[in-house]
Amino acid sequence: MPKLTIDGKAIEVPMGTTVLQACELAGAEIPRFCYHERLSVAGNCRMCLVEQEKAPKPIASCAMPAADNMVILTDSPMVRKARHGVMEFLLVNHPLDCPICDQGGECDLQDQAMAYGFGRSRYDEAKRAVKDKNFGPLVKTVMTRCIQCTRCVRFATEVAGVEELGALGRGENLEIGTYVEKALRSELSANIIDLCPVGALTSKPYAFIARPWELTKTESVDVMDAVGTNIRIDSRGREVLRVLPRLNEAVNEEWISDKARFACDGLIRQRLDKPYIRRDGKLKPATWNEAFAAIAERLKGVEGSRIAAIAGDQVDAESMLALKELMASLGSANIDCRQDGAAIDPACAAGYLFNTTIAGIDQSDVCLIIGSNPRWEAPIINARILKRYNHGRYKVAVIGPKLDLTYKYDYLGAGPDTLKELAEGRHPFAEVLKKAERPMLILGQGALARKDGSAVLALARKVAESCGLIKDGWNGFNVLHTAAARVGGLELGFVPGEGGRDLAGIVNGATKNEIEFVYLLGADEIDTAHFGKAFIVYQGHHGDHGAHRADVVLPGAAYTEKDGTYMNTEGRPQLGLLAVFPPGEAKEDWTILRALSAALGKPLPYNDLRQLRRHLYQLAPRFQRLETVMPAAWGNFGKDGPVDSEPFVSPIDNFYMTDPISRSSETMAKCVETYLTPDTGATGTHG
Amino acid sequence: MLQDNDRIFRNLYGTRDWRLAGARQRGIWDNTKALIERGRDVIVDEIKKSDLRGRGGAGFPTGLKWSFMPKQPDPARPSYLVVNADESEPGTCKDREILRFDPHMLVEGCLVAGFAMGCKATYIYIRGEFYNEAVNLQAAIDEAYEARLIGPNACGSGYDHDVYLHRGAGAYICGEETALLESLEGKKGQPRLKPPFPAAVGLYGCPTTVNNVESIAVGPTILRRGAAWFAALGRPKNTGTKIFCISGHVNKPCNVEEEMGIPLKELVERHAGGVRGGWDNLLAVIPGGASVPLLPKSICDTVLMDFDSLREVKSGLGTAAVIVMDKTTDLVEAISRLSHFYMHESCGQCTPCREGTGWMYRVMQRLVRGEARVEEIDILEQVTRQIEGHTICALGDAAAWPIQGLIRHFRPEIERRIAAHSGSMAAE
Repeated sequence: MPKLTIDGKAIEVPMGTTVLQACELAGAEIPRFCYHERLSVAGNCRMCLVEQEKAPKPIASCAMPAADNMVILTDSPMVRKARHGVMEFLLVNHPLDCPICDQGGECDLQDQAMAYGFGRSRYDEAKRAVKDKNFGPLVKTVMTRCIQCTRCVRFATEVAGVEELGALGRGENLEIGTYVEKALRSELSANIIDLCPVGALTSKPYAFIARPWELTKTESVDVMDAVGTNIRIDSRGREVLRVLPRLNEAVNEEWISDKARFACDGLIRQRLDKPYIRRDGKLKPATWNEAFAAIAERLKGVEGSRIAAIAGDQVDAESMLALKELMASLGSANIDCRQDGAAIDPACAAGYLFNTTIAGIDQSDVCLIIGSNPRWEAPIINARILKRYNHGRYKVAVIGPKLDLTYKYDYLGAGPDTLKELAEGRHPFAEVLKKAERPMLILGQGALARKDGSAVLALARKVAESCGLIKDGWNGFNVLHTAAARVGGLELGFVPGEGGRDLAGIVNGATKNEIEFVYLLGADEIDTAHFGKAFIVYQGHHGDHGAHRADVVLPGAAYTEKDGTYMNTEGRPQLGLLAVFPPGEAKEDWTILRALSAALGKPLPYNDLRQLRRHLYQLAPRFQRLETVMPAAWGNFGKDGPVDSEPFVSPIDNFYMTDPISRSSETMAKCVETYLTPDTGATGTHG
Repeated sequence: MLQDNDRIFRNLYGTRDWRLAGARQRGIWDNTKALIERGRDVIVDEIKKSDLRGRGGAGFPTGLKWSFMPKQPDPARPSYLVVNADESEPGTCKDREILRFDPHMLVEGCLVAGFAMGCKATYIYIRGEFYNEAVNLQAAIDEAYEARLIGPNACGSGYDHDVYLHRGAGAYICGEETALLESLEGKKGQPRLKPPFPAAVGLYGCPTTVNNVESIAVGPTILRRGAAWFAALGRPKNTGTKIFCISGHVNKPCNVEEEMGIPLKELVERHAGGVRGGWDNLLAVIPGGASVPLLPKSICDTVLMDFDSLREVKSGLGTAAVIVMDKTTDLVEAISRLSHFYMHESCGQCTPCREGTGWMYRVMQRLVRGEARVEEIDILEQVTRQIEGHTICALGDAAAWPIQGLIRHFRPEIERRIAAHSGSMAAE
């Protein structure tokens, strides 16, 4: 543990600390541009220079390891002069077009120029201009503003795992670019916007929309996937203008996926802003009372067993609980939250959680991915695997689709047959798992949402048990979910009760006229064509698949418009907060269910969110400890049975459109056009 | 003056055979096995005692540098010797003569130095423009392999040592040792941050020593003739012989091997036929390649050519490339041309050098014409100070020093131009 003196203050720091980190620990602020905690050290901006006693020249504190008996000065005349000098150099070729720059107000260069710069410029020569690059529909470039810190280059290479950015040319002509002009092929590409310390890389959809000081900032949770990425929602008036990542070491560090960031423009399109009732085959606007009356009328005299409910992928836990209890009061046990029909066993939590935890990936030494494309299903988790991979001595293997996951892996096979060999110890990779200290496996929905899902789940459990994935202080069995609501729904028991029907049973029943009434709570990912003559109530926020088939539409709130709890794939409950109010007559979802229950004469026993949450915590204690993961006890799950040899397929075939919000988003549509539309070979001059 | 029998480079002018047979006649490869049998520590000690300082420009003691290498190499991280033959300093052409006329001196030096540091192999990084030199050097390496002088069981010593030649692509910055390593690894030639130094983390992350061609080539001779002989030449801490490259306004530009510490005036007059138009026609001398500050005639009259003497007069020996400029020289233009060179060759990685070299060049261009205010001379001086010592590598310093030298010694000339220009403007 090196002991050093910083500005006259003695401090002891852990081994491997840099001088810059040591200065921060000692409370001295060090300006920087190129240095970033999560990227490799470049040491090229020279802003972090400090004075080391007896050294002839200032040292770059970001790159210098702290050593014993160092005496560091962070505010000496030498340091001040060095910072002045570097700042002046950074500004000589910077356009200083702050008034028209989107970074204004949250620009490192602007802030540090205020703190450390000269008041005026001594540079009388012509400034450099750099041609802008086309990085695709998400990232806007104004390359003249670039200060060549190379943060974006290092992010693309080290975190996103796509070696597509680089520094071209040298000297004054050094430019950041892709060489061959093309959009960045990464699901995390837009994080370079946050990393860019100046206005060279800004958000294209958000260009010239607002200044940061006009925005209301709400800390919340993302629902585009099951990672539970922590986000900050920036809104003005009734509109969400942008979504930014929020630091959470245990979940997303400080990254978010492009979908989580940019799907927010879908929140103002295709919205359901008033109740509708289907009359003469067409949905007609109605009042809330008319809509409730229509539902009550239809439910009159219907037996509980002929009623069903399905919860969607982005629903908060509170609303699911309210719906579950409403269904119970109507005498129905036909409820399910597994829209994709995944064969998850709700009885044992360890069987459906990401038990290792996301941060736990850092400790693992072997990773087996089964039936999943983590790059699309959970880009943040994929980046975490890459981070671990980059640390070295890490082995990844895949059973399932053979895709570019940004890291190298051993390809074991395509389907359950390989998994079976592994479970029976006949596959050589079983030895690799057994020899590993902390092996883990990730079981994707592509392996579970199939007819033999239960048997696959049982096989995966066998692999975990026989290959030493479960041991003291280590649980290497992980299920990767794709739906933000899924784990919450499983946890509070939004699954068929005693004698109840599951998703397939409900759809079958509706086709055969055994189910007359289906309540869809934000459920849009099911095929609504087979509901037969059943009466469908759709409660949700977008006019998507569910609403199209509905007989009554109740307008609900999107995730940015309500307070709600979401449990991520690890089983970590997190709070989403209301940033803007729902549009028109739309209401927060649990209040709709509470009002409906009263209209049906069976009022639910809670009158505010606090009462509802207290009830939730009693029923499912895992929700109570917000932000924390409670380890789940290992148990028996899955059902032994025959498996077919059909290969595993990832459930996501279009990363940019997986839910009603992203399907309504113009930005996501542009991404699909850029990234997923096959190149037709058109050249622009092809006639 | 250096006696003929004290010369180390006996084929500096290419008058004799450069191939193995000729080299052997000059004593190269003469019982190299015996040198190796002295053992690592003895060799390093001998080089230390000789006070040999690196011939690449910085003048770091070579023996000390060699002693930084690990004593017991880890088989997973072998040690490497890298020879910097990327000679691109303007005015310098000494390594080139060794490479094309006496390549076996270098190859033998690689073996001995490589052995002294426990290196598995030597990589010679040669400047891309040195095509013919690379051909000769490769021929020498091939000859040495064939004669079993290098390779497995080199010279029958039981020590295995490979020598590889790699051609650069013509970037000045790749002569910086860590940029050279990056380039050698196939990456963009940009200097690395130090620490870690190459002796700890160098080529492919393994312990590496990077030495200049001349430093390596003189090693075997020092060992054969003894450190005492070498140390007796020159002055204390500035020992031995050195190849000087004299160019510019002299009657007979030449390369010459001379004793360290020879007076500059003697060097120019004796070997280069004197300054064009006589010593009194001298305006200034850049004594060590483009990177060091120039010296006005008054200093040139008496200064000695070695590391410490030139440092005392705020210049440096550098690569010992003496660029002589007589009174016909437009000095401001000359230094401005050097500024353009550094702007062009800056790698662009770190801020002060990337932005500062262009700034300096543009101001220098205006100073050539006198289109400036007198205060701008001070601003320019401050800009050079803002670059110097604030960059990752020494290119920033090298870009700053010539301008500092110009302002230090010839400020009146710059002011005269400004006055003349503003006078002509006023007259119009």
